[in-house]
Amino acid sequence: MTATTPGGQTAPVNPDGDVLRCEHIAKNYGAVTALTDVNVRLGRGEVLGLIGDNGAGKSTLLKILCGFQPPSTGRIFLDGQQVTFKSVDHARSLGIDAVYQDLALINQLTVFQNMFLNREKVRWPLVRNGAMRKEAREHLDEMGVQVPSVNVPVAMLSGGQRQAVAVARSVFSNPKILLLDEPLAAMGVKEGAIILDLITRLKHEGNVSVIIIAHNYAHVLEVCDRINLIQGGRITLDKRTSETSAEELTELVVAEYRRALEERQRSS
Amino acid sequence: MSDTAEASIGKAGAPQRGPTGTGDALLRGLRVLGRQREATVFVIAGALFLYFLIKGGSSFTSKSNQVTLWSDDVAPYAIIALGEVFLLICGEIDLSVGFVVGFAPYLMHYLIDFYAIPGLLAIFFALLVGLVVGAVNGFFTVTVRVPSFITTLGTGFILLGLINTTSHDQPAAIPQSVLGIGKWINNYAFAPIVWAVVLTALFHIVLTRTRWGLHTVSVGGNLLGAREAGIRVNRIKYGNFMITGLLGSLVGLQQMYYTNNIAPTAGSYQWMFYAVTAAVIGGTAMLGGTGTVVGAFFGAVVLGILLDGFPLIGVSADPLNIIFGGAILVSMVANVQLTRLRERGQS
Repeated sequence: MTATTPGGQTAPVNPDGDVLRCEHIAKNYGAVTALTDVNVRLGRGEVLGLIGDNGAGKSTLLKILCGFQPPSTGRIFLDGQQVTFKSVDHARSLGIDAVYQDLALINQLTVFQNMFLNREKVRWPLVRNGAMRKEAREHLDEMGVQVPSVNVPVAMLSGGQRQAVAVARSVFSNPKILLLDEPLAAMGVKEGAIILDLITRLKHEGNVSVIIIAHNYAHVLEVCDRINLIQGGRITLDKRTSETSAEELTELVVAEYRRALEERQRSS
Repeated sequence: MSDTAEASIGKAGAPQRGPTGTGDALLRGLRVLGRQREATVFVIAGALFLYFLIKGGSSFTSKSNQVTLWSDDVAPYAIIALGEVFLLICGEIDLSVGFVVGFAPYLMHYLIDFYAIPGLLAIFFALLVGLVVGAVNGFFTVTVRVPSFITTLGTGFILLGLINTTSHDQPAAIPQSVLGIGKWINNYAFAPIVWAVVLTALFHIVLTRTRWGLHTVSVGGNLLGAREAGIRVNRIKYGNFMITGLLGSLVGLQQMYYTNNIAPTAGSYQWMFYAVTAAVIGGTAMLGGTGTVVGAFFGAVVLGILLDGFPLIGVSADPLNIIFGGAILVSMVANVQLTRLRERGQS
């Protein structure tokens, strides 16, 4: 069973072909429940948009999927195999890489040092600055990312450049699954378009499956094959992009917001 | 993928980068800015040296005074400052290291004279105790999450109490069995400063050219980001506390040989404060993520020249602390301003 995406490609919806699947994921921080019961699947080569209001649990889910924190309960399957991520490094070694909302860039370090953060090229005991500089430059050129120089501290870059460097870094490690948390957050329209182009390109190359977290639906709808709406720690909608629209999604979020507001008013 | 190389991210229409492009000019400017702190301290140290050279004349240049200056007044603070620089960069501080300086020689003395442990083994334990104190500091700071200022204040007092109680406030002689090793460590009057220079070079390389150094900067610069990148931030902090403790032990033993005495007053808060002062004058902020090893060395030189020079030219040593205090404030203001300047440069 296949469905046609807006890009004209066919994306598999066969569950057995899913590169990533999670079942009944829940996450509590003490008495606070961030995720109640989340089921998400990601097809091979698919771009999934995960949207929802602030505090709906998007970032929590992402941090579970990239090994940053374990779920309280629930199971994660990678290529059909159940996995337990021990750490970010572990998840990365299994082919999952994330671009966090805060980008995880170190302002004091240079662009190339950030590109190789925690995966430095080493000729023990020294890091190989020359080789890293060269590869970082080549990779950024290849991806079309322009920075003044790979030798400037990332603190000197614009918001969009920083975001581009963070995305380039994740793509650099050649992941099977790329998780992007608000990749357009710090960007102007033009810069945002460039990131979207980049995602589209990755999609056409077909080697990577992507989950994009966003609350700006209009942008996300352009590149996503499928949309999941997360509300109150649950997935409340799972539709192909072609079957939904920004208006529908906005309405759902607003309705949810009104319901919550009314409940609060009733109880007070 | 070459057909997509033209696609651009970031500033559209930015000039093509090249080896002689604007990027490299910017880079050169940044390097100058980055090294300015070290250069400034170096110039201040040089100027002070010249000043006392002219004012003090032969009493300043005499070999005995030069030994005092470099081995007494610069080397110990410079060595301890290396550890403090790494800790300050990752956003921590160690107030206890001065008491490790005092405690390590006593531990060695007790082990040899009361427990008949061979000299080399006792020295090994004296060095080990620095690592252990560092690990304890790391445990309370990183694992229990007590701020390091408080943790090390506590462990420092405990060590001071241990020194006073066990030694009954009495100095001790260096045990016979380790006197020979002293010749190896300190057989030359300028040995402490040679140690300091060699260790400074080593730590400079560690900070700028190894994963450990880069990760230390990362932990201080962006703790969450470092964690997200998979850096084991706790290990970095534990390690830097332990390195600082080890340097404390090393300085303790070295000064023991240098002064030919084990004294309950060795080290203490004064040494730790001088080491932190050297680091701060040298351009290391406690803001995390920034700091320089070479700057701290020259910071210690500035400190040492003032400590040595003022009494030499007949000025009372009393106002020295006023100068140090002022220097700390001026350095910190410069640091904060520099950081602000950098942040303003980012649009």
